[in-house]
Amino acid sequence: MTNTPTTTTTLKLVAVSAGLSVPSSSRLLADRLGDAVRSTLAGEAKDVEVRVVELRELAVPIANHLVTGFPSPDLGEAIEAVVEADGLIVVTPVFAASYSGLFKSFFDLIEPDALTGKPVLIGATGGTARHSLVLEHALRPLFAYLRAVVAPTAVFAASEDWGGTGDALTDTLPTRISRAGEQFARLLETTERRPADEVPVLSFP
Amino acid sequence: MQFGIFTVGDVTTDPTNGRTPSEHERIKATVAIAQKAEEVGLDVFATGEHHNPPFVPSSPTTLLGHIAARTENLILSTSTTLITTNDPVKIAEDYAYLQHLADGRVDLMMGRGNTGPVYPWFGQDIRQGIPLAIENYALLHKLWRQDVVDWEGKFRTPLQSFTSTPRPLDGVPPFVWHGSIRSPEIAEQAAYYGDGFFHNNIFWPMSHTKKMVALYRKRYAHYGHGTPEQAIVGLGGQVFMRKNSQDAINEFRPYFDNAPVYGHGPSLEEFSEQTPLTVGSPQQVIERTLSFRDAVGDYQRQLFLMDHAGLPLKTVLEQLDILGEEVVPVLRKEFANLRPAGVPESAPLHPAVTAARTKEARR
Repeated sequence: MTNTPTTTTTLKLVAVSAGLSVPSSSRLLADRLGDAVRSTLAGEAKDVEVRVVELRELAVPIANHLVTGFPSPDLGEAIEAVVEADGLIVVTPVFAASYSGLFKSFFDLIEPDALTGKPVLIGATGGTARHSLVLEHALRPLFAYLRAVVAPTAVFAASEDWGGTGDALTDTLPTRISRAGEQFARLLETTERRPADEVPVLSFP
Repeated sequence: MQFGIFTVGDVTTDPTNGRTPSEHERIKATVAIAQKAEEVGLDVFATGEHHNPPFVPSSPTTLLGHIAARTENLILSTSTTLITTNDPVKIAEDYAYLQHLADGRVDLMMGRGNTGPVYPWFGQDIRQGIPLAIENYALLHKLWRQDVVDWEGKFRTPLQSFTSTPRPLDGVPPFVWHGSIRSPEIAEQAAYYGDGFFHNNIFWPMSHTKKMVALYRKRYAHYGHGTPEQAIVGLGGQVFMRKNSQDAINEFRPYFDNAPVYGHGPSLEEFSEQTPLTVGSPQQVIERTLSFRDAVGDYQRQLFLMDHAGLPLKTVLEQLDILGEEVVPVLRKEFANLRPAGVPESAPLHPAVTAARTKEARR
């Protein structure tokens, strides 16, 4: 006897990757995090759809939006996907001790309250693990400011993490990815989306 | 339908020759542009209000009063009047006075302004932008409709037994538009009072304009002023024309590329695709402008931005000739043919203007 529910719900996630090379390790990490969320929720009859937004492809539209104040159609569509998503996976390379300028510029273009309550899984990549606290001193405060709900485990992947010695004690990336995926999946289940008010509530004297 | 122009009043270096007009030249050019608007048969001239360089129009009623004396038919308006940082009592007085001088040829558009420091310069707090717009307009509305006003609000010193003078011409206040690009609150405010809603769409994709106008129309009907289709809507536009469209593009490109608002960003072609900017032949401008109706429905006022980004006066006057002679007459006819019965042709005119026009027509 199985008690698997007969209906399947689909969670829509958006993975934002600010990696600049093609292929990039930021994209690689974003994909692995998406897979981890998917496999956690697969056992609970929940489909996970991950749409990837590669900021590299939007670099010029992002700069143009900063100048003109409105997005080009492709950027507008990406912003809408991020705002409408059930949760976000965001990964940036570390540049000069912080997130990349492109990563920050993209989130600068999102309305300050549009991500309120949104579950976010943060990740970063860099040449050395010495940068890993960027997640805690740059990314986490950024999403705290945006009133998003950030998963407790954030994942940093240094170049060395992509290889390994075959020793599970020192090869921690897969463990950290699956822990982050599980926590994020729990967060998605407990977060309710609120519909936006269309008509503003005002009183006229 | 009313067609006209609106000016920001920027003093901008002409990027083709490096020449910057003096403030005096810019102000005199603005008057020449308004007079030209009347000469070529446009209906409306509207001026912005700014309190920082490189803009000159800090004193709209001085400018409009002067233009009133030099024109016969032109409706004088604003784009916009800062309802947040001006004292609503002074707006009531200034524009009622202007209405008398101009024999009713006055309406105005409320706006919040987009320059942060203007708020503290005038003793206000930008965080109160929307509440200021709501409260100040409520007072202005009352001052024009009630002879003796007692008032107490959050932002202004209270009034006891105050009468704003002069009273509006023949007791009919100027028609008011509320201009907003992004704030649904302002669309709601326009709907509440049954006033006009102007969306300055020139820097925005039409899809956004469509949403804002739809909200205003829906709420206009909700407040019982008429059907959604009867709500009074105005739009902006931005054009540069030559007989041959490639000539228009070549001539306008350096002004576009260096324009203070959007220069150094997207290309002229991208911007033209994504916003109402139309650079080309008069026929292209006609077609593009007619397409606005597809997005927002039949509307009552179309204002074009013609004199910015350092374009020399001579060029602006040529553009107004093309607009008045080749574009607007066609648009008038086309929009009139498309407009169903029961939808207002224009924003309400002051009875004094209607009477003068009837008299003129009978002659």
